[in-house]
Amino acid sequence: MSGNGASSSSLNMISGEDVVNNNLTALVVDDSPLLRLLHEIHLKKYGLKVQVAENGKVAVDLFHLGASFDLVLMDKEMPVMNGVEATKELRAMGVTSMIVGVTSKDGPGEQQAFMEAGLDYCFEKPLTPEIISILLEELNKHNKKD
Amino acid sequence: MEVGQMQRRLVDYTKSLFMEGFLDAQFLQLQQLQDESNPDFVVEVVSLFFDDSEKLLNDLTMALDQPNVDFKKVDAHVHQLKGSSSSIGAQRVKNACIAFRSFCEEQNIDATLRCLQQVKQEYYLVKNKLETMLRLEQQIVAAGGSIPMIELGF
Repeated sequence: MSGNGASSSSLNMISGEDVVNNNLTALVVDDSPLLRLLHEIHLKKYGLKVQVAENGKVAVDLFHLGASFDLVLMDKEMPVMNGVEATKELRAMGVTSMIVGVTSKDGPGEQQAFMEAGLDYCFEKPLTPEIISILLEELNKHNKKD
Repeated sequence: MEVGQMQRRLVDYTKSLFMEGFLDAQFLQLQQLQDESNPDFVVEVVSLFFDDSEKLLNDLTMALDQPNVDFKKVDAHVHQLKGSSSSIGAQRVKNACIAFRSFCEEQNIDATLRCLQQVKQEYYLVKNKLETMLRLEQQIVAAGGSIPMIELGF
């Protein structure tokens, strides 16, 4: 895993500890209804308010309409607008949400292109409870600094 | 059959699915996400997997039946099927998809057709197993029992 300008040591393992937060919001962007449901339920278990979008364009449109999310889980391969395009678009709009790419096991070159679009992190799907816990801990730290 | 017997039967049956490689640890994660606020989560996810897979297998059949096969399209469908089977823990389907993708890269029509048959076989087997498992669960709940959790250390 790698972060956008962050070293791997900045992601601290939280062992056996649930990070329950009722203030955080998340957007799950994936063309697979199965993955959308899976990630939605995972995040809700941690107390997040979750919305879903079936492709990058729907996600971008939500932000254009004024929605904001602390966390965006962005699938890479989607019809209409893929994750790379959507991430570039969101960063160009000035969106500062944590955007985490979720991919199938692609070659290193493909993940790199996704990271360069503006992701904070990129993981293989589906996200595990451990990875979600780590991301939420980072999000909480980030929000405390603001 | 009394509830305790049904529960033991379910545990043994579920364990066999892991031992035979039909399911992997990802499926246990799904079960752990099910609770009072999402009591039908596993059934919902499994149903989505069935819907997803059947559509993708139809798309693959059509794509490989073309006079000029578009291997990029075929690969895209297999990629999706690999993703959803991996998410639900359907290990043998996932592994069949991995092999399938390598032959898509080679644009080997004979091998990809064989792979399609293999993926279909693995899918129908795991579908059958999952439906049996869910039926056993329903019988336990109908008899007033609870679904036992499967221990990882077997």
